[in-house]
Formats: sequence, structure tokens, C-alpha cells
Amino acid sequence: MRWAEAEYAGWGRAVRATGRLARPERASALAAIMADAPAPAIGANRSYGDAALNDGGRAVLTTRLDRICGFDRDAGVIEAEAGVRLGDLLDAVAPHGWLPPVLPGTGHATLGGAVAMDVHGKNHHRDGSFGQHLDGLTLIQPGGTAVEVRPDTPLFAATVGGLGQTGAIERVRLRLTRTKGEVMIVTERRVPDWDAHLAALDGAAAPYTVGWIDATATGAALGRGIVEEGATGAGLVPPPRPARRVPLDAPGFALAPPVVRAFNAAYWRRVPASGRTVVRPLADFFFPLDRIGDWNRLYGRRGFHQFQCVVPTDRAPALRAMLEEVARSGLASPLAVLKRLGPGRAGTMSFPMEGWTLAVDLRNTPEAVRLAERLEAAAATAGGRIYLAKDALASGATIRAMYPAHAEWAAAADAADPDRTLVTDMVRRLGLRP
Amino acid sequence: MSETWILLGASSAMARALARALARNGARLVLAGRDLDDLGRTAADAEMRGAARAVAVRFDARDPASFDAVLAAAGDGVVNAACFTGTMPPQDRIDADPALIDGTIADSLTGPARMLHLIAARIEAEGAGTIVGVGSVAGDRGRLGNYVYGAAKGGFAVYLSGLRNRLTRAGGHVVTVKPGFVDTAMTWGLPGMFLVAAPEAVARDILRAVARRRSVIYTPGFWRLIMLIIRAIPEPVFKKMKI
Ligand SMILES: Cc1cc2nc3c(=O)[nH]c(=O)nc-3n(C[C@H](O)[C@H](O)[C@H](O)COP(=O)(O)OP(=O)(O)OC[C@H]3O[C@@H](n4cnc5c(N)ncnc54)[C@H](O)[C@@H]3O)c2cc1C
Ligand SMILES: NC(=O)c1ccc[n+]([C@@H]2O[C@H](COP(=O)([O-])OP(=O)(O)OC[C@H]3O[C@@H](n4cnc5c(N)ncnc54)[C@H](OP(=O)(O)O)[C@@H]3O)[C@@H](O)[C@H]2O)c1
Repeated sequence: MRWAEAEYAGWGRAVRATGRLARPERASALAAIMADAPAPAIGANRSYGDAALNDGGRAVLTTRLDRICGFDRDAGVIEAEAGVRLGDLLDAVAPHGWLPPVLPGTGHATLGGAVAMDVHGKNHHRDGSFGQHLDGLTLIQPGGTAVEVRPDTPLFAATVGGLGQTGAIERVRLRLTRTKGEVMIVTERRVPDWDAHLAALDGAAAPYTVGWIDATATGAALGRGIVEEGATGAGLVPPPRPARRVPLDAPGFALAPPVVRAFNAAYWRRVPASGRTVVRPLADFFFPLDRIGDWNRLYGRRGFHQFQCVVPTDRAPALRAMLEEVARSGLASPLAVLKRLGPGRAGTMSFPMEGWTLAVDLRNTPEAVRLAERLEAAAATAGGRIYLAKDALASGATIRAMYPAHAEWAAAADAADPDRTLVTDMVRRLGLRP
Repeated sequence: MSETWILLGASSAMARALARALARNGARLVLAGRDLDDLGRTAADAEMRGAARAVAVRFDARDPASFDAVLAAAGDGVVNAACFTGTMPPQDRIDADPALIDGTIADSLTGPARMLHLIAARIEAEGAGTIVGVGSVAGDRGRLGNYVYGAAKGGFAVYLSGLRNRLTRAGGHVVTVKPGFVDTAMTWGLPGMFLVAAPEAVARDILRAVARRRSVIYTPGFWRLIMLIIRAIPEPVFKKMKI
């Protein structure tokens, strides 16, 4: 296998790496790499920070391992290679009446990345995390041996949400969920403030719910936003709206506070005060941001960070205080999301816990980094945790405290990878495998 | 009626992209090559994306005993074929071990030619069918960096030209495809790559060329111009160049 010297970055483009990348196109090539020169596997690099980076080292791109190699259309189970993008999987199975059971906000994420982060979707409060829908997976460990990993085994718990530290996920077996059709029936409602926002999300009966939050609104309007509730439906698929692409790095003022405030106010008013119901193609609902290619370039060359944490349900006031801090700082971008999470999680290092999760994008500036530090401390005090798929800034001590079982996980990772060939920049920065 | 396509060297990323595109049209596919585990995955993928049927079959360009079974797997009736097989050992390895020349020629020229001869007879018998042969811009002129591979590809282009001459009069057709740099396992990590095309773009160009019964295409198209210039360089100048 040849290795290509490359510079690559997390989705936020605030952290970068240079190193040698392999890109196997078939399973036997992946196995050969794991036998001869094991290195961390990376997917589509849709993690915002340094989870899928190995600066100065090697890494294995899995994006060409992209076939759906088994589909039981009656039982709704697929077996697919780790590099299959979730959006591609959705397109492939929806015409047969099935949906991937959990979808994050981007269809570019791969199956391998979805497992290694145990991702959650807009249905987490009902249906749990990605890993809870697996029938099993094939893992190629350093040394090159392929092992079948079944749910309810320690290796499974260390692999799901396991940041790629137990081996390269080669194939996954995933149980799909039924869809009524190929469209989403979406109800959008404006909510005027924080309390109304939480109440609307709590009261929502739809399988998919999410709140867009105007993180620039302050005072009485703090926490205002739009609550979206979606359910699959049958009907004619509306024509997709045209895709766009950000052609180059935007100048710094593109997301300056007055611009964002004006944008957010207009975005909020877009939904009529009485609410509305619209029909959307599935991908438009699940992956709204994918319609704008390379939108991460909007933040300019310096890139951006996303802060995402979850706090226990009864600590919602602490989350409100964090939002207040963000709103007051004027540093937020239009991308801010509030969601209800259920208890579902499948791995030792999985992010979800029952509670409220808030995600905000912050342009990469020194003030934003200081803000993220304060938010991190507040999340820790509230008994919450930070999502590693988004993180590039947190301190190791805080993260280790937020993931109390991490020592048990680190032992499992060391057993699977005794020579520590799979360590990534994130694992090093946070001291996760001490 | 859905078309039947035999893809030789179906593990290639270009062949995989073509298999997907053909699957969307409901084609029947015979995926031929040496890595049956890999071909089985592409077959399953193609079937779930709309292929009427997709089977994996062993094909080794260096083992003519494997050839009959490939055609047999296509069943009766009109068949089309696209040949992607080829290997490109580094020229310095060949220079150190000239025995590698035999294999290089077998993988890219003699093996494919013998296999395509079997398919050509079927096309003549049916009075229809298209063969797509993947050559390379490297076959347009012998260069310091890969002239054995280039010789195989150049020979293959001449073979395809003659085969086109033959099959045209029987109602069949042959398309010669000359890719420039394509982003595949063959080129990953090689120095000096530029303007690298996606395998999906090559597959699109191939299908368009088949539909329009084009004879020789370069993909991406701008390589026609680049190669026109490279071929026009007088030999006394070219022999001193390192490109
Ligand atoms: C616009 C956007 C919206 C998002 N929305 C959500 C959301 O709603 N919910 C949510 O949970 N997440 C969300 N995310 C985060 C995203 O789902 C995760 O970061 C996911 O892991 C990305 O997948 P990837 O294929 O890009 O993996 P990468 O980012 O490339 O890798 C992530 C981790 O997985 C490991 N990994 C990848 N492939 C393999 C493999 N084959 N074997 C072993 N390890 C592997 C890597 O080593 C790394 O540790 C969002 C991201 C974006 C950009
Ligand atoms: N990539 C480029 O820039 C480029 C440019 C111009 C032309 N091309 C040509 O395009 C074609 C596809 O190449 P690629 O870039 O996709 O590289 P690739 O992945 O190496 O594909 C080559 C294919 O040829 C097959 N093959 C090699 N020797 C064989 C043999 N003895 N018997 C049967 N099959 C054999 C391989 O199959 P196995 O699975 O059995 O190994 C593989 O599927 C090749 O003919 C190549 O020369 C490539």
C-alpha cells in the first residue's frame, strides 16, 4: 500500500494535521495495512476537532470502502462497509421502505465514524444512539486479524463510541427502521423564549424533534427559536432545492455579530407566528446543512469550533446560564441547536445521557476559545459532558472526569492495541490512554 | 430488456463506478477479476441499487483457462464488455527485473486481447454488442517513467482499433478509452499527479461514449489536447525530455 503525504483538517478547520495517508479500496488491503503498519482509521473527517487527525503520523482513509454488501429487505438489516456515507445509505434503502435508524446532521458521515462516535439523531429521546441498532461489526485489529464483534461484549462496548482505538471497523450490520414513505412531514413552530423552547421540545410527540436556537437573542427573548417536529410520510417527493457550494474562504466579517443578529432575526420570522407544516425530502430534513457544500469555509481560513455539551435534565437552568453567556458574548454563529436526549448509549465512552444538549458554533478567535473554556467549566459543574465529535479545546482532566468509565475503556483499548498504534491527536491531547 | 455487461478488472474504482451506473439502469452484470471477496461485495451493492442480476466470477488475465467461464456467466444473448485490467509496476523495478515485462504485457494487453476475442465472436454471432477497452494516455508515447506499461497500453490501443474495424462490419462497436490521471489505488500516493479525475467522472464519460458510439475518447477530455502536444514533439527533442 502506498501512502500519500497530505495536509488534512477536522471539519472546523481550526486544527490541522500533516501526515501520511493510505486509502485502501478493498477489505484485503485494509487488513494488510493493519497487519504491516497499523494506523488509526478515519472516515469523512466530519468530526469538528482532532478526533480523526494524527499529526506527524499515519492514518487510514476508509472512504473507498463504500459498498452495501448485504440487504435483507424483509427484515430490514444491512451489512455494509465502514466507508459507506449515511446519506448514501439513506438514498439506497428509503425506496425499499427503510431508513437508517439514527442519522446525525450530516449525510457525509460514514458508518465507521457513526459507530466510533456512537452518534445520536433527532430521534435520540425515543430511539437511542447509533450503536444500539447494531447487530454486530467486523473489526480489523492491529496485527491484521478480523474479529466479529457482537453486541453485549466488552469489545463492543469499547468499540462503539471508542474513537477508533480498538481497531479499524471494516463492516457493520445495522438494523434499519421502517419509513412510511420518502418524505418528511415537518411542523415548525416559533418559540419565544427558553422556557417555551424546553416545554415545546418536551411536549413534542413526533419521532424526530430538534430546536434551532437564536443564540444572539438576549433578555426576555433568550432561548427563542424554532422547534421542528418531523415524521415520515408517504407522498410525492418535492423537488430538491438547488445545492450550493461555498467557493472560497469567506472574509472575517461574513459572520460578524451584526450580520448574525440580522440573519437570525429574519430566520426566526420566516416561520409564521402560527407555525406551519411543510413536506420535505428526507435528506433535506436530516441533513439541512449538506445542501451547501463546504459550508465550513464560511468561517474563513482560521476556521471555527463547535461547543456541544449535554447536562442532566434537572440542570436545565445551568444550560440556560451557558446560553446566556454565549448570547452576551456576541460570538455565536447562526448554527445553534437544542435537543432533548434520552438515556440511550451503547459504548463506554458514548456521549449521550438523559438530559438537554446544546450545540453552538463559534468562529475561531481568542475570545471564543476563552468562552469555550468557561462553558466547559460550567458543563462540568452541572454534571454534564462534552461531545468529543465536536471538541478541539477541552482539557484532559475535565474530559476524563466527564467520562468516568474512561479508565476501563482505556484498558480495553490497550488490550486491543498494545503498541498504541491507533492513538490520534485527540486521544493524545486529552490523555485518554494514559 | 436490460443490457448485459461483463466488467473485466471489476475491482478497479473506475469499474466499480461503472457498475453502479449500470446498476441504476437495471443492467445484468458479470464482475470478473481475481479478488472474489471484493467482487462479491460489488455484486451485492449493484443488486441492491437496481442491477437485474450481478455475479462475481474469477478472471485472471494470465490464466486463459479462466476465460470461458467468464463469458458463460453472461448467459445467452447480446453481451457488452468493458476491460479495466492492467498493472503498472514502477519502471525502476522493471529495469532491475526485466522478467516483469511479461506480466505487465499479459495483464494489460495479451490477456485482455484473448478474452475480448471470445467476446468478439459472440458480438459477431449476435450482430450487436459493444466493447469498451481502457487504455491510457501512457500508450500514446513511450516515456522514460513508464514505457513498458505504455507499450502494453499502446499495443492495446492498436488491438482495439483493429477490433473496432472488425466488429463494426458485424453490427458491433468498440470504444477506446484513454484516461489521464484518475484517482484510484493505482495512482494514490504517486508523485507528480495533477488534474486527477474522479472514477465516477470516468464512468460517466464511458457511458456517454457508448451511447454516442464514439471510437476513441480521452477522459477527462482535455487530455486529447495535452497528448496532441506531447505527440507533436519531435523525437530528437523528446528523447532528451523528462516528462
Ligand atoms: C454538519 C454536521 C452535523 C452533525 N450532526 C451530528 C448529530 O446530529 N449528532 C451526532 O452525534 N453527531 C453529529 N455530527 C458529528 C458527526 O456525526 C461525527 O463526528 C461522526 O463521527 C463523523 O463521521 P466521519 O465518518 O466523518 O468520521 P471521522 O470524523 O472521520 O472520524 C470520527 C472518529 O471515528 C473514528 N473512525 C472513523 N472511521 C472508522 C473506522 N472505519 N474504524 C474505526 N474508527 C473509525 C476516527 O478514528 C475518529 O475517532 C455532525 C457533524 C457535522 C459536520
Ligand atoms: N489510475 C490512472 O490514473 C489510470 C490512467 C490511465 C489508465 N488507467 C488504467 O485504468 C485501468 C483501471 O486501473 P485503476 O487505476 O483503477 O487501478 P487498479 O485498481 O489497480 O485496477 C486494475 C485492475 O486490473 C486488475 N488486474 C490486474 N492484473 C490482472 C490480472 N492478471 N487478471 C485479472 N485482473 C487483473 C486488477 O484486479 P485484481 O483485483 O485482480 O487485482 C484491478 O481490478 C487499468 O487498466 C489502468 O492501467 C489508469
